[in-house]
Parts: sequence; C-alpha cells; structure tokens
Amino acid sequence: MIPETLPPSLGPSSFKTYRSGEVSCDPTVVNMPLSQLFWNVLLGSNSKWANIFQRTIKTQVRLLCWVLTGPQFLESRAKHVHATWGKHCNKVLYMSSEESDFPTVKLNVTEGRDQLYWKTIRAFQFIYEHHLDDADWFLKADDDTFVVPENLRRLLSQLNTEDPLYLGRRFRPFIAQGYMSGGAGYVLSKEALRRFVKGHDDGSCTHFSDVEDMALGRCMETMKVTAVDTRDERRRQTFHAFPPDKYLLKQLTKSQPSHLLYEFYERVQGPGCCSDLTISFHYIRPVEMYMLEYFTYHLRPYGYKYRFNPEAALHKGTV
Amino acid sequence: MLSEGSSFLKGMVLGGIFCLVLSLLGTFRAGIPSQIEHLHHHLKPHSKEELQKLSQTQMSELTEQVRVYCIIMVTPKILVHWAAANDTWSKHCDKSVFYSSESAKALEAVDLQEQDEWVRLRKAIKHAFKNAGGLRWFFVARPTTFAIIENLKYLVLVKEPSEPFYIGHVQKSGELEYVEYESGIVLSYEAMRRLVEVFKDEGKCPERSKALWKLSEEKQLATCLKYSGVFAENGEDAQGRELFNKKSVGSLISDSMAQNPSDVVEICCSDMAITFTGMSPSQMQVMMFGVYRLRPYGHNFHDSLTFLPPKGSDND
Repeated sequence: MIPETLPPSLGPSSFKTYRSGEVSCDPTVVNMPLSQLFWNVLLGSNSKWANIFQRTIKTQVRLLCWVLTGPQFLESRAKHVHATWGKHCNKVLYMSSEESDFPTVKLNVTEGRDQLYWKTIRAFQFIYEHHLDDADWFLKADDDTFVVPENLRRLLSQLNTEDPLYLGRRFRPFIAQGYMSGGAGYVLSKEALRRFVKGHDDGSCTHFSDVEDMALGRCMETMKVTAVDTRDERRRQTFHAFPPDKYLLKQLTKSQPSHLLYEFYERVQGPGCCSDLTISFHYIRPVEMYMLEYFTYHLRPYGYKYRFNPEAALHKGTV
Repeated sequence: MLSEGSSFLKGMVLGGIFCLVLSLLGTFRAGIPSQIEHLHHHLKPHSKEELQKLSQTQMSELTEQVRVYCIIMVTPKILVHWAAANDTWSKHCDKSVFYSSESAKALEAVDLQEQDEWVRLRKAIKHAFKNAGGLRWFFVARPTTFAIIENLKYLVLVKEPSEPFYIGHVQKSGELEYVEYESGIVLSYEAMRRLVEVFKDEGKCPERSKALWKLSEEKQLATCLKYSGVFAENGEDAQGRELFNKKSVGSLISDSMAQNPSDVVEICCSDMAITFTGMSPSQMQVMMFGVYRLRPYGHNFHDSLTFLPPKGSDND
C-alpha cells in the first residue's frame, strides 16, 4: 500500500508543451558546432543536453517558411496557419498579390490557379533578394498544409545547406529524378535557392507550365539540384500530399488507390505509411489544423514508450 | 379601509414567516448527511514534481497497482465500433473483456444473453469483479468511446483502490450526481466490491425496477453507489480541463474555434485527456496515430512511470 503522503495537486500543469520562443542563451552552447553537440548529447546521460539540443537546433538550423496564399484566403486559411505551425518557423512569410495588415508580402502577380508558378517564382526571387541571410533552408507550403518544423529541422540538421538539395514528397512522372509535391511542402537549400533564381535570370528555367510543383522540379533538374529521399530510418514517409486518414486506413480494394499513383518510392498503405516524426500533411482544413496541433504538441499518453525511438539517442546513448 | 390594509399586512407577514419556516425545514433532509457530499468532487492527477519524489520501489508497486480491467459493453448492432475498439484502444488495457447482449460470430465476447441494458451492466460488473485477478481498477465504456488508458492510469496513479472511487464526467439530475456513461466510468476495486454487495439488495438497488419511468443505467448505477457511500467525482486536469469528453476531438476543437479563437487548443482540451466520444471507426484509427505516434522530435517528458506498447498491434 502506498502511503498517501503527497498533498493534492492544485498547481499549474507540469506538462510543458513546446514553446517556440525557447532559445538557449548560453554562448558556449550556441556557438558549439552541431556535430559536437550531438556527441555531447550521446555521451551525456542526463536530459539537460536533450533540452539544450531542442532549443539550440532552432538557432543552428534556421528555417524560413513561406506560405502560398491570397487575399481571399487570409481569414479562412492563412490565419489558422499563423495560429498553429507558422510560429514554429524561424521566419514565416505569407505570399499574396496584395499588401495587408495580416501581414502579407505583395508579389507582382495576379490571383488564380494558373498563376501559382508565377507566384512561386516571384516568392523565391523576393526571398533571395531580401532574406537570403536570414535562414539556412527555405520551405514552401500551401495555406492548407500542416507542417511540424521540429521534425523538418531534425532532417535538415543532417544535411549541408551549401549543397544543392531539394526535399519533399517525391513524385515519379514527367521528371527523371522526380519532383516534389507542391501541396506537401518542399524545401530548398541555400544553394538550391541560388540556382533556382539564377536559372530564371539566365533563361535556363522558364515559366513553361502552370503546374507549379512539376515546373519547379524541371528547373531543379536543369540546374543540377539533387532530389533527396526524405523517408525516415524505417522507410516511412515524412512529407504527405494528403491528410493522414488517406494513408493510414488500410484500403480493402485491390486496385491501386489514386492518391498513391505518382509515388516515386514503394507505395505503403496503413500504419507504415507515415513516420512518427512526420513533417507535413496537405488538404488540411482549419479545424483539422488545430486538431493536428493538438495531437502533435499537446495530447500524449503518459509514460508511453514509443515503438520508434530516435530520441533515445538523445538521452541514453542507445538508438 | 385602514383595517383592511392592516389585515392584508398581517396576512403577508404570516405568510412570509410560514414560507420561511417551511424552507428551513426543507433543508434538513433525512438520509446521507451533507458533510460527506462534495468531499472529493473534483479529482485531479498528481503533479509531475510530486511524482518524482517517489522512490523506485514505490514506482514499481504503483505500476502493478494501477493496472486496468476494461469492461466494454457491446451489441451486434454496433459491430463496426466493436471491431474498432478491439483493434485500437482496448489493446492498451491490461485486460479487456467485451460483454455482449448476444453473441456475434465475428468477434469474441462474454455473451450475457440479456437485452436490458441495466441488467447487462450488473452482470458485466459481477463477472469482472469475480475475474479481476490482481487488477484493481475498472473502466466501463461502450465501443463508441475512445480511451487513452495510460492517462487513466496517470489520473488514479496514487489513489488507493481499496478506497471507493467512482470517476468520470459528472452530471447532476435533481439531487443525484452521476458519472456519464458516454464518456466512460472508472471504478476502484472497493467501489466494485460495494456495488456487487448492494446488487443483492432488491430494495435499494433493484435489478428490474417496477417504476413507471425507468432511470437510465448511469443513474441507476449512481443511486446504487450512493447507497453504498460512493460518490461521483469529476476527472479534470490541473487547469480544470475535462479529462472525460462526450464529444469528439473535432467537435471540441470546432466549438473552441468559435468560443476562444485566439487560443483554440489550450483552453478546450487537456494534454492528458482520457476519453472522447462520437468518433467513427476510421477516426479511431487516425487517433491511434495522433496519440501514440505523431510528435515533434526532441521532447522528453521524464514521466515517472513507463508503459510499454501492447503486443499484437501495429497502429501504435
């Protein structure tokens, strides 16, 4: 029998949810190379290093997120992006055709589905001109994409932004090395961004199609930017072009489900579809945006030992 | 006219005094004394800091003690939900037993051969108590509810199962406070023991009531428990947020978007929520991913207890 020696708990919740503003101010830690930090974390058995890693990774893997939106979607969509995952990026920009208090960046474009690639080109040019030094990696997302920036940083921290790299949910057709789904969100390294802008400057890349993601994929290939395999250690996808239920539910039909037609890699339906450390989902309506935020950052099973445990390396030196 | 006025006044004063006396008498009700009521009305889990003060031995003892027997009440009509519960959250119970009104070929259950819901509940409770083995906590639910058993364990972690506990989302009907069936009912071993005892008393806790209007099972359960000195307690977290929900996550969120647009998630919904209701089988599968898998890299919560994933499951 456990003696009831503990007073009833009436204090504030001791379960801290992730606060995006937390940054380590300790200069020895901030200036430590990430590889050395990894090593300290592996050797150290206490969790002080894990928490420092959490905070430090945000300053060392700077992520600029730009959201493709428009005046008619600020209230209905962009607002909810900003209330949820937008603030987890180091910097977030909302690209529109008009200026507003939201705030948005006004690009020299008009609205419409056929203008999406123009918007994308102008957005990257704007970022290249004004924000190249503000970040290391550049994510494009839609206003109905849900992103988990912490999981994206984990992926990116293993790569070098001076290499020409292009990451996302890889699709097979039209482009030899594949191209990344626009809706699932894609990321350009700094070098990839330079090459994209240069390609449009010198005519190597043109607006030859309205289909934004495929057209950008063609430019990446032309400029010799490498498409990266973004699946996790268990070959589970991290970027998703549809909502979670589309992939998680085992389909009973024998025929190939339509949403997996373009897959570059092996098609998986059911729980193996999706990494625990998922980076994005697409076609997410506002209610679902908050639901995903609740599932990702808040609701959790107390004491549960996750089956997939890459975080174990942060605490015990075992993987 | 003056004499009429004074008679009227006298009448008013007499009437007023009469009313006052009647209402004062009314507060002295026979039955359960009022100081026992509201003793533990709001039940919260212990804080993380307090739990960290416990020793290793205490923590292993608690892991044993906090195991849960799930009593899941099903009927063939809700076969899809039955299958969903079977494939999802019920695997996280230490023992989960499905009790059915009649047998269904597709799924395993204890066939109670009974159509009346209250009688079924009584039978299930008696069966579970008899077959508890070493388990000391009981969770009663229908398969239309989705439960996070680890969070149930967290709620009752340092509560003594040899004391009577009856926990869930509490509603009031007249004088009766009862735990809503829809969002799940938690009972300690002692509460179950008292219940099985009082079931024998046909006066206090009849099996088939002869009254014209039958009370719902949740209210009948509360009445029987009240006779045994067991009172309903509302499960909530340190901020007062509900742990037992009779709405789905989507429903709670969309209500919150209307009511608290600037702080949608934090206000409505607890990190350590235990139940949600009204979700489809597909939504339950997605919940498994959302609860047991999807998370941001790099968090460690330093929970005092560890619960391992169940065998024979691939969706968590």
